[in-house]
Amino acid sequence: MTPSHKQRLVQGNEACVEGAITAGMRFYAGYPITPSTEIAELCSRKLPAVGGTFIQMEDEIGSIAAVLGASAAGMKAMTATSGPGFSLMQENIGYAAMAEIPCVIVNVQRQGPSTGVATAPAQGDVMQAIWGTHGDHPVVVLSPASVKEMYELTARAFNLAEQFRVPVVLLADEVIAHLRESVVLDRETLPFPIVQRKKPSVSPSQYLPFKADADGVPPMANLGDGYRSQFTGLVHDEAGFPSTRPEVVNSLIRRLHHKLEDNRQQIASFEAVHLDDAELVIVAYGSMARAAIAATRLAQERGLRLGVFRPVTLHPFPHEELVTAAARARAILVPEMNLGQLVLEVQRLTAGRCPVVGWSYVRGELPTPDLVLTQALRLLEAEEEYEDLLQLAALVRDDIVRPDWWLEQEWGA
Amino acid sequence: MRREIRLAGTGGQGLILAGVILAEAATSEGFQVAQSQTYGPEARGGSSACSVVIDGEEIDFPEAEEPDILLVMSKEAAEQEIPKLKSGGVLICDSTYVKSIPPADASVHMVPISAIAKQQLGREMVANIVALGVLAELTGLLPHDALEGAVLARVPEKTKDLNRRAFAAGVAAAEKALQVRQSA
Repeated sequence: MTPSHKQRLVQGNEACVEGAITAGMRFYAGYPITPSTEIAELCSRKLPAVGGTFIQMEDEIGSIAAVLGASAAGMKAMTATSGPGFSLMQENIGYAAMAEIPCVIVNVQRQGPSTGVATAPAQGDVMQAIWGTHGDHPVVVLSPASVKEMYELTARAFNLAEQFRVPVVLLADEVIAHLRESVVLDRETLPFPIVQRKKPSVSPSQYLPFKADADGVPPMANLGDGYRSQFTGLVHDEAGFPSTRPEVVNSLIRRLHHKLEDNRQQIASFEAVHLDDAELVIVAYGSMARAAIAATRLAQERGLRLGVFRPVTLHPFPHEELVTAAARARAILVPEMNLGQLVLEVQRLTAGRCPVVGWSYVRGELPTPDLVLTQALRLLEAEEEYEDLLQLAALVRDDIVRPDWWLEQEWGA
Repeated sequence: MRREIRLAGTGGQGLILAGVILAEAATSEGFQVAQSQTYGPEARGGSSACSVVIDGEEIDFPEAEEPDILLVMSKEAAEQEIPKLKSGGVLICDSTYVKSIPPADASVHMVPISAIAKQQLGREMVANIVALGVLAELTGLLPHDALEGAVLARVPEKTKDLNRRAFAAGVAAAEKALQVRQSA
């Protein structure tokens, strides 16, 4: 290996900053908060060295607002936060979706609600990341499960934001953000090229800032480039001026969605581990996926066929592949460090093809693979015992899937 | 082969830094490495623990499940962590703070790590580096020079000599502990 390809010990948050700078991020505005603080700290050190700008803002509302301003002026811009700050950012995330301003928001999840436990991991912001701001809005949500993926997915977040003019949320968790792993991080090792936003190909006099191309995405002129750009959170026409006409409302809201939905195959991604012959599939994301993948190793030692379906994009969701896996499996377990969020999506998407049971682990720590395996075994036992498990495929809001207790208390059997 | 090392004590003892140094040394030796930590919001005090997983192959679960090697530097850490130690593992206790331990199916070493740092080196602050010296000598986990190199690469220039001496003091204390054990 050449020296530049030498492995280094890198922290997740550090890899995120390196991925962002590799992708071309040159503007960061943020308000430091555990467990994302290292991102702000490193940006403050590294951005000036590459001609970029770091601003510590007065709060998270100011942070996302500054990011949107910088992006409208042509910068690749990012902010990072955790639950409490992410809540404050919601209004302007909606503005970014409506005004189609590319931006990357890193949310390193910690135990909530409210200020919760600052240093403890959780996955309680999944639904918020997808649906947090009001109104139907397009957003991409990515879930990294390793330090290497913190690097790659941050770079990919910029690519997706710039290509589709949407806010992209990198939804990390405390474990992955603070984890240090031996990795080789290089621009050359990125599995994709860096994307730049589409610029207008027409003269300023012909430019309509919200007139989309065939891919549903309008070319974007930088503020100050001599093109007339008009940004508003109001429903607007192709010129960017507010409109209440039903056909304008309808076409804008649908276009904002279709530019992601029509490109879902290109955006949605997942990792499959021993999935092909799995009798039980674990759907897990972020650090929980590491425990699940290790559980498949323990299961193999016992001669059991466990597989893992790890969505890398939580939104848009790789649902065709999940449905295929569900049709083959006896049951699906969805372990999460929350009281059951993605499990609802998995149940909805698999639509009864096999029982889907959630397992909630909300102790502010990552469960061990052994605990995940125990839940998988209990689910397999239950599936064998109760033929009509479909109607029992509800979420158990407990640390432990307890079929007996569950039957007696919830279903009266 | 997967090996798990757990370092546990009180916030401020520098155990997370010790874990990072250990992980950096293993990385430079070409291993796959994962280092994680749990700590409270306090800068000092409270419990603090750090795990390092070292493997020749890709690491799936990045935290310690059942540590092969455990270093405890406080009474609370000893109570909490010793039951999780792998049977037949190596247990290193800082006998400055850990006076007695529950029965453990492990190779147990009592070394006055913090006392050595304070008395021999004049700075209890370097107890974490003394501990790395002890660990290196007692476990043979990584070559001494790789660990010492990682220590020196991490510490401020003006404290390099102090840290070099702290590492050596740890190695010497471990040698002594092994001799006592063999002659006993």
